[in-house]
Amino acid sequence: MSVVGVIGEILITAGVVTLLYVVWQLWVGDIIYSAERNATGQELSQTWADEYAPPAATPSPTPTDDLPVEPVTAAPIILPQPADTETFGVMRVPRFGADYYVPVAGGITRSGTLDHIGIGHYPGTRMPGEIGNFAVAAHRTTWGKPFNRIAELRVGDAIVIETDGGWYTYRFRTLEYVTPDEVEVLLPVPQAMDVPAGTAYMTMTSCSPMYSMTERIVAYSVFESFTPRSAGEPASLTEAVT
Amino acid sequence: MYGALWRVLPGPWWVRVLILIVLIAAAVYGLVFYAFPWVSQFVNPQEVTVQ
Repeated sequence: MSVVGVIGEILITAGVVTLLYVVWQLWVGDIIYSAERNATGQELSQTWADEYAPPAATPSPTPTDDLPVEPVTAAPIILPQPADTETFGVMRVPRFGADYYVPVAGGITRSGTLDHIGIGHYPGTRMPGEIGNFAVAAHRTTWGKPFNRIAELRVGDAIVIETDGGWYTYRFRTLEYVTPDEVEVLLPVPQAMDVPAGTAYMTMTSCSPMYSMTERIVAYSVFESFTPRSAGEPASLTEAVT
Repeated sequence: MYGALWRVLPGPWWVRVLILIVLIAAAVYGLVFYAFPWVSQFVNPQEVTVQ
């Protein structure tokens, strides 16, 4: 067996492994990781549902009234800032599918949160439901690509953060494309310097164009309501997306 | 290299093919779940945050 023959076989092997890598990075890896994310998120959601003990039954209003049932809302529970890689919620977006359950954790490092958990919360920005800006980031391509379909959001789409205590419904407003250094998108009122916030906003950032680092895509949403766990899943999660 | 591997493997040809399939599956598993994720952080410098 010649030395050249062995070198040739090694080169062919390297070529096959490289092709396998490309297939994994662009296709197989996403299938594996997104399934993993959704499973973890769904499990968390189920755990919270199981752990929840409904308070002692209160006398229900007389069942004779045929008025439409008002959705139950409450003042939002404001969670403390999470530690790095600490999962505190699950993002659910009907536009992205009924099985979309991506965990949200503290920190925006790739090695800690974005590659392995899913959606990362910018440390120091507000928490869900809090007046000001709740800012998160996630991959748009590779690593399960949680924000892959961010550009498909339409005005009014529900983006729900589920936590231990309940559901925070945000409504999508608009997209923006910015350069990577534009941290003003994270301000309490996005893009407005020195303006005190009067409402709760959510900023989602991801890469743009896909597979590139030259720009960022930003999605803004406005907080609508908080549904406590005692009231059950909000209608915003099951409403039809057209 | 692969010729030598073929000669080292025991048994009739179909046993060798079976062993090879298992070996290839093990190699692909190791690549997909350990090697590729590790390599990815160097060759796929995706940035999704503003800073």
